[in-house]
Amino acid sequence: MKNTATIALKELKSYLASPMAYIVTGIFMILTGFFFSISSSTYYETSIKGFLEPGNLLLLLLVSVLTMRLLAEERKMGTLELLITAPVRDSEVILGKFLGSLGILTIMLILTLYYPLLLIGYGDPDIGPIFTGYLGIFLLGSASLAVGIFASSLTSNQIVAAVVSGGILFALWFIGYTATFLPEAAGEFIGYLSLSYYYPDFMRGVIDTRGIIYYLSITALFLFLAVRSLENSRWS
Amino acid sequence: MIRVENLTKYYGKRLAVDDISFNVEKGEIVGFLGPNAAGKTTTMRIITGYLAPTQGNVWVADHDIINHSLEARRQIGYLPEAIPLYTDMTVRSYLDFAGRLRGMDSARIIARTDEVIEICHLEEYVDVIIGKLSKGFRQRVGVAQAIIHEPAVLILDEPTIGIDPIQVAMTRQLIRELGKDHTILLSTHILPEVSVICQRVIIIHEGRIVAEDRIDNLSSMMSGSQRFRLQISGPVKKITERLQKVKGIINVSYEESNYIIECAAGQDPRRQIMDEMVRGGWTLLSMEQIGMSLEDIFLKLTAEEEADE
Repeated sequence: MKNTATIALKELKSYLASPMAYIVTGIFMILTGFFFSISSSTYYETSIKGFLEPGNLLLLLLVSVLTMRLLAEERKMGTLELLITAPVRDSEVILGKFLGSLGILTIMLILTLYYPLLLIGYGDPDIGPIFTGYLGIFLLGSASLAVGIFASSLTSNQIVAAVVSGGILFALWFIGYTATFLPEAAGEFIGYLSLSYYYPDFMRGVIDTRGIIYYLSITALFLFLAVRSLENSRWS
Repeated sequence: MIRVENLTKYYGKRLAVDDISFNVEKGEIVGFLGPNAAGKTTTMRIITGYLAPTQGNVWVADHDIINHSLEARRQIGYLPEAIPLYTDMTVRSYLDFAGRLRGMDSARIIARTDEVIEICHLEEYVDVIIGKLSKGFRQRVGVAQAIIHEPAVLILDEPTIGIDPIQVAMTRQLIRELGKDHTILLSTHILPEVSVICQRVIIIHEGRIVAEDRIDNLSSMMSGSQRFRLQISGPVKKITERLQKVKGIINVSYEESNYIIECAAGQDPRRQIMDEMVRGGWTLLSMEQIGMSLEDIFLKLTAEEEADE
């Protein structure tokens, strides 16, 4: 646990010391702010759907950029040799990296809280969907971070890591859209596997336990795969 | 302290380390000598737990690296060939992170940081970003992270590669001092380096141990013939003929305006050469002994091995 915290804290610090996290957060704020203001002034809606709905794909993209360096850079710079010859478990390394990047995601989402605060200040929004909407985007974000860390564990090239991560995430997102072309049972099954299937429920203010379990499972699955991939590099 | 047994490592189909076994006793400084791609780095990476062996096992302070990897790793300080530095960190924060990874608490890290900074002569650079340090200082930071947790065993992979001669001398001095209370295994491809630092040497070639001995024994093992390089002004043919007549000289060759002479073991023909040159009226410009190079040793050792088979 202590080792995980050490690594998480170090990751968080190096995010805050490098321009990448600021650029990613900046782009996220500008674009979601744009979506939010367009939708609120067009539909006169007191909800944050205008920020959350287009925000999801943007998030998948930005998370891939945010996580690409986590292990690929360590491999490239040789610092992986320090990290995994220290008396630290591979799972602690991966979990530390995950929690560090989750910290940045949390900061990013906290910065967007002024959208709902504006709504509360100038209108009378329904708090329920705002709460579940944030829960949804946080869960989606954490699943994406896990995918990104897995992709970063595969290579020493950060660009490759980002592309692989983006590829997996977009495939998992859009695979749900094929459901309509498939026989009902198969379509439903594919839908359940898709990152996009449960997201609208959260926007509507519904907390579906299956949705929470789904996103947590994806997170756990890809973190597990990242641990295996790190272990595997010892056997190369 | 380190026990390597029947270690074998394949990279895919390529055999990098071929069934090697050796021991490093407590308090010893052992040199791991070999040309590039001999399997030195691979062996060290297996000992430190960076790579898993294909076959065989390693014990570090009686913990084996397969089943008790964390306990084994806790005993080791490791300086890889590519120094593992986070270039965006200051020296202090890097050492702090390295210490925490090894499970040290804050108070001990602060105390030890001051000590290793002093040992590695980094006083003026504690708060400098590592990315701004020169190669020699980076290498010292690398040593500092390897010793911060006071490990029983130090594994140093080519610790003097790529730094300037003054710093090489400093680093060798530092390693000798660390050897007083650490068990050290260091790799190098520079022959004189092992004789300066180490008490014992393990020579590895193409993944196999070709020789293992104390330094003093090794040099006598290598002797057998001596060679000298001479520069003489005068007619080449006559001088060569005269040199060949000197007692003890086995062979004389002339290349790139130098005479290379080889003489039998235990013979020192230098005084006689001088006399002959004076008698002939030629001027001896220089005369130096040529040590056996690493290549010569490998040629000799591998040739002997093939002859044995």
